[in-house]
Amino acid sequence: MAALRVIQKLARTVPARCVSAGRMSSQTSTVSAGHPVSEVVMPLTVLSEDEQMMRDSVAKFAKEKIGPLVREMDRNSKMDDSVLQGLFENGLMGVEVEAEYGGTDSTFFSSCLVVEELARVDPAVAVLVDIQNTLIVTSLRLHGNEEQKQKYLPRLATDTVGSFCLSEAESGSDAFALKTRADKKGDYWVINGSKMWISNSEQAGLFLVFANADSSQGYKGISTFLVDRDTPGLTIDKHEDKLGIRASSTCPVHFEDVKIPESHLLGTVGHGYKYAIGLLNEGRIGIAAQMLGLAQGCFDHAVPYTMERKQFGQSIFDFQSMQHQISEIATEIEAARLLVYNAARLREAGQPFIKQAAMAKFYAAEVAAKTTAKSIEWLGGVGFTKDYPVEKFYRDCKIGAIYEGTNNIQLSTIARYLKQEWQQ
Amino acid sequence: MANLRILVGVKRVIDYAVKIRVKPDNSGVVTDGVKHSMNPFCEIAMEEAVRLKEKKLAKEIIAVSCGPTQAQETIRTALAMGADRGIHVEVSGKDYENMTPLHVSKILAKLAQEQEANLVILGKQSIDGDNNQTGQMTAALLDWPQATFASEVTKENEHLKVVREIDGGLETVTVTLPAVITADLRLNEPRYATLPNIMKAKKKKIAKHKASDFGVDLGSSVEVVSVEDPPVRQAGQKVESTEELVAKLKESGVI
Repeated sequence: MAALRVIQKLARTVPARCVSAGRMSSQTSTVSAGHPVSEVVMPLTVLSEDEQMMRDSVAKFAKEKIGPLVREMDRNSKMDDSVLQGLFENGLMGVEVEAEYGGTDSTFFSSCLVVEELARVDPAVAVLVDIQNTLIVTSLRLHGNEEQKQKYLPRLATDTVGSFCLSEAESGSDAFALKTRADKKGDYWVINGSKMWISNSEQAGLFLVFANADSSQGYKGISTFLVDRDTPGLTIDKHEDKLGIRASSTCPVHFEDVKIPESHLLGTVGHGYKYAIGLLNEGRIGIAAQMLGLAQGCFDHAVPYTMERKQFGQSIFDFQSMQHQISEIATEIEAARLLVYNAARLREAGQPFIKQAAMAKFYAAEVAAKTTAKSIEWLGGVGFTKDYPVEKFYRDCKIGAIYEGTNNIQLSTIARYLKQEWQQ
Repeated sequence: MANLRILVGVKRVIDYAVKIRVKPDNSGVVTDGVKHSMNPFCEIAMEEAVRLKEKKLAKEIIAVSCGPTQAQETIRTALAMGADRGIHVEVSGKDYENMTPLHVSKILAKLAQEQEANLVILGKQSIDGDNNQTGQMTAALLDWPQATFASEVTKENEHLKVVREIDGGLETVTVTLPAVITADLRLNEPRYATLPNIMKAKKKKIAKHKASDFGVDLGSSVEVVSVEDPPVRQAGQKVESTEELVAKLKESGVI
């Protein structure tokens, strides 16, 4: 008991933003007496009290306010306005934005939990929230000056969607071959070029644009600019008719002599490629969380069906061959969760995380693909129809192997780290 | 006008979506490892208090919960919804199993007086015990007027006008303050605890007490003898005609 009291006292004295301490304090009762305090490490899946509350609140919002609209939004390729409004009202669009800028003032890990919970209900809504939190808000927080933060962070947290404009027709995985140019003319910049597959562009009020400010420097000329939606010369093209995450808008965005003031340069000229790499390295943990939530959401629909459906006089769950398949998928979802949570907690703790993030995204995307394919098989004929939600998850998961670094890019990243480790 | 100090009871119960399982020894239901949340009627009570505060009719909202350590999570949710501070009356183990609405009423009545609350809002009942007694007994112990099953609450001068849902329809009553109100399902639609408010709730205070601090003896005169599952419904059969129906009924010995 003495040891327990020491831990409780310790937990109270550490800073609230320290993740491990937060998790420790909420779980002191499970610590077996006698262990020295320094050895206490909480399990990955144990959440702190506020993480748990956020998860519950988002789960409830997703189930009650998004759930009834999922099919219609998918059919019409259109996010319902009430959903977007709800995301802002509940503080889901600025999870890490500091309270002084009107945000939730929470952590990267919480952002991932939010994305996971939303994806259990609708992965299309989850990706909007993911991009906003892990790419747009993070770029402003890390690289914005005070004036830019004061102007944009309160808006991003309360009413403005952001879009991340990196990809172009000729530069997908080879992102830094981008052709969009930014030319300095006096005290303003002029941007010319076209971006492709830009998520959230239909709703976005702010575009984070990667453009080359000095092509003689190659990719080292790439710089980042903040462009407001109503800037003359910026046009948003017709949205893509996609296989999955259809409620999330994806459009080409064109820039034709778009003039923006000098003050809209984000960070330093020529550092855009560094910012993009950094943002995508951690952003892919959010996509991994989306794929994890997607797999779980699909599985949650499929398993109860296997228990209700009777064939040959028993529920199909009671056939051993079904049990083995279901158990295998359950195990893989659990493994994906551990990878995702660990990558997120590593990032949160300031530890190296890039290899683990790539592993988490690659694996979670694979597990999502396998889970959704299996779920359709378990449901049989009805699984193949749009009357049941699993076919949507099956379509939605495919993007996980493509965006924010394809599966092959993840594997190359992992290999790069392996090579470093083994060549020493 | 902002003169109300509202005491709101928030009970931690098994989440409404959880499939309830009875313990093998029939002593109660399984609670270990089961998701718990705030009783839905308490959420409605909490929401009503927050709305009164938003209308500048209330100056302070105090959320109180009687229960084990985990009841603090429920209080934390109330704080995230808009309560200003919390009071946790710790009741655990055997005491908690034996706790009845009368015990809670005595604690709430005492707290209402100590905290100088002039309005107590409670859920009409909790979804676990389904007792529907705490509000009524709290009002009786305080000798305050009560307006139960509220579906609409408005403040008129120094009165509260409350529309109640009763069997025959709607009944409108006025109560003088201080008073006790219990919330029915249609009083309002509770808000979600927003993420920024969850973070802010961490900084709000929860005072800890024991039942004995209020002179309440947790001894109980009610003993739970047995908890049983509802009987499993037998599978039905379809018949083609009344003759067949009568024949089947005779066959099964019912008639």
